[in-house]
Amino acid sequence: MPTLDDFKGQKPAWCPGCGNFSILRAFNEAIVELGLSPHEFVIVSGIGQAGKFPHYTRCHTFNGLHGRTLPVATGIKLTNHKLKVFAVAGDGDCYGEGGNHLIHAIRRNIDVKLFVHDNQIYGLTKGQASPTSMKGMVTKVQPFGVFSEQFNPLTLAIALNCSFVARAFAGDIDHLKGLIKEAVNHRGFTLIDILQPCVSFNKVNTFEWYKERVYRLSDDYDPRDRIRAFEKSLEWGERIPIGIIYIANKPSLDGQIPVISSETLVEQKFNPEKIKEIFLEFY
Amino acid sequence: MDYSIKIGGEAGQGIQTVGETLSRLFARAGYYVFTHQDYESRIRGGHNFYQIRISDKPITASRTPIDILVALDRESIIQHERELSPTGHVLYDSSYLKEKYEKANFLDVPLFDLAIKHGGSKIMANTVAVGAVVGMLGMKPDIMYELIKKTFKKKGSEVIEANLRASEAGYNFAREHCLTCSFMVSGFESPKMLITGNEAIGAGACASGLKFYSAYPMTPSTGILNFVADKAKEFGIVVEQAEDEIAAINMALGASFAGVRAMTGTSGGGFALMVEGLSLAGMTETPLVIALAQRPGPATGLPTRTEQADLFFALFAGHGEFPRVLFAPGSPEEAFFLTNKAFDLAEKYQITVIILTDQYLADSQWSYTGFDLSRLKYIDYRLRNGEFRALESYKRHAFTETGVSPLGVPGDSEHLVVTDSDEHDEEGHIIEDAETRIKMVEKRLFRKMPLIQREIEPPKLYGVLEPEIVLTCWGSTYGIVREVVDELSNKFKITMLHFSELYPFSNDLRWTEKIEKAKVTINIEQNATSQFAKLIRMETGIELKNHINRFDGRPFTLDELKERVYAYLR
Repeated sequence: MPTLDDFKGQKPAWCPGCGNFSILRAFNEAIVELGLSPHEFVIVSGIGQAGKFPHYTRCHTFNGLHGRTLPVATGIKLTNHKLKVFAVAGDGDCYGEGGNHLIHAIRRNIDVKLFVHDNQIYGLTKGQASPTSMKGMVTKVQPFGVFSEQFNPLTLAIALNCSFVARAFAGDIDHLKGLIKEAVNHRGFTLIDILQPCVSFNKVNTFEWYKERVYRLSDDYDPRDRIRAFEKSLEWGERIPIGIIYIANKPSLDGQIPVISSETLVEQKFNPEKIKEIFLEFY
Repeated sequence: MDYSIKIGGEAGQGIQTVGETLSRLFARAGYYVFTHQDYESRIRGGHNFYQIRISDKPITASRTPIDILVALDRESIIQHERELSPTGHVLYDSSYLKEKYEKANFLDVPLFDLAIKHGGSKIMANTVAVGAVVGMLGMKPDIMYELIKKTFKKKGSEVIEANLRASEAGYNFAREHCLTCSFMVSGFESPKMLITGNEAIGAGACASGLKFYSAYPMTPSTGILNFVADKAKEFGIVVEQAEDEIAAINMALGASFAGVRAMTGTSGGGFALMVEGLSLAGMTETPLVIALAQRPGPATGLPTRTEQADLFFALFAGHGEFPRVLFAPGSPEEAFFLTNKAFDLAEKYQITVIILTDQYLADSQWSYTGFDLSRLKYIDYRLRNGEFRALESYKRHAFTETGVSPLGVPGDSEHLVVTDSDEHDEEGHIIEDAETRIKMVEKRLFRKMPLIQREIEPPKLYGVLEPEIVLTCWGSTYGIVREVVDELSNKFKITMLHFSELYPFSNDLRWTEKIEKAKVTINIEQNATSQFAKLIRMETGIELKNHINRFDGRPFTLDELKERVYAYLR
């Protein structure tokens, strides 16, 4: 069985105290508890502090472009559905640059596990507003404060009938670990929006700010109730719920395409002789 | 024997149905066929046409003079009557066009009346028209009947019978009433196959082990997407319609990373969105084939028309420096085999190969006796299963003599496959140090590029070996320029140099001697700025001074181009 030692990656280049360290720990522990070996999963990541994530564990890695994690992950999953496929992105990465891909990955219900490291700010470019920055937040680029509506990934995902919608807090590692395991065991597209402090640039939504507000959903909360899920997803301010907000059981894209219903695409042998049949159609 | 038939009308009237039925019929009868289409960016109305040329000798272009004009609307007569050859005829239905033409060469066929009377529905009017054309040409109707039976096989015997009666009615009417028709149709050979540029690329991809195709529909590349989707089940191909071209290229890269041959297709505007992905393919050394079917720009341009103006765009697209290969096939046959070569080179050298076509080649049908399928190449260059597991250690971007690192399939062994859009080390992890950076650039560019260059064929020479006149051209103008050479070769020592493996240039530069020794070289391009001539200068220092350009979105025709070449020679 794999142990945590199997997941010792490169030395992280994150700021000391970054919420990403907790997310990395929760991820590695969840993977070990799930009994997954490094070669059994792929992480596709984008650009931003979260984009470096796969290098700091051990796995197949495609660290692609800003905003483009989900299309790459979709291509990988459709080619080899036996691999577990994770997409790791930041809030600017996934909700800004890659917003269109998020909408359509949810619609496809591709069996990809998306983790959005949501610190409500741009870290790698040093402190500009992100789609999830709260209205009024002042930055170097938004000196009059943010005017735009705060992006709500959970409500959007529920509106698209996303098969698994959750929110986590990087400060509650055990809870996050549990959500990651649930997501891996759920077949279909899963979104975990992970709230995390940015110690360098977000002076509003600090560790303490989250800590005071975040609460775990109670055991009797039913994530299959879509109306309740909408309500919960809209809760932001004094109290912020974490946990599985919404679940819809439905077939995943990779489970519906006849071509890959049994063997994966990558396992299927190519028969060059077949082209002769095509040519008969041209006469 | 060399006849041209033009079917004109509004979008939605069935021009394409009549045109395709006739061209397939002629090919089945053994004639050489060439067709091209001219259509507007709309589903109904407007003016469109479908032009068919048939001959008993191989043909590779359209001619201007029309022998039979099938006019499904008045606009067809207004626009195209003047294109009629001296013995040319117009086929029309006065009750439908609400106008009677009292000219000897106008054959008024009651298409709709005959359709209702013999076929039971006015939908059959197109079938009546097909029958009438066959009758005008004086062909035997047997092959038409055979084709109708094959086409409507799935729709049952009633539909077949109705169509047979409708075609027969059109045929008989034309035989009885077209007293001035004097077409001599001769020369039956073995049946020909008919194939468009888009179909050839689709078939070439299927024949090369394509497993994943993602694209966003865009004219004129959509035909490839349709073709591949149609063959998905048979060939085990996953076809995904992406939300945009950015997603399309990134999905294809994901699939290629995961271990299969992947491709995407688009036109200029979509390719603009793919550019960052092209650069990603360059950095991650992920094999990829892109079909770029050009149409006139800038921006939306003329969406359904043709141009060769994206050569430089395709050549220089993508930030940073990385190797690529550019092909521009001149015919469906070349498109088929160059697509095969594209897949081979893309995987062998872990690069992007772009197949540059245009609306003209994409939609034109060419006829062939057949393709020599034994020329197809398929070598799997990926490191899989046992072979991958047997390795003691693995580095995705290992430095090697050739610059080509082992392309492992993730999941096939315990070795990890790591790649990054950041500059990376041999394992694929992010680096910042100058030394590794330099070695990586050397690996990706300087080591691979000379090897790739050795794979590239020089341009094709068509004509005399010691020409006084050289015509240079590339891509889809091949067929037209070739026939210009044929027609001028009795007067001049003339030769065509046609480039289809555009970039990098082949090491074999002997063709430059032809230009240097010629009295006149004329460069022919379907664009405004002679981009290929500039590329020749960039690569060889040779400056071409005489240019023929066309950039109105319409393809050169043989007769027009011949005049323009001739003007240089007088």
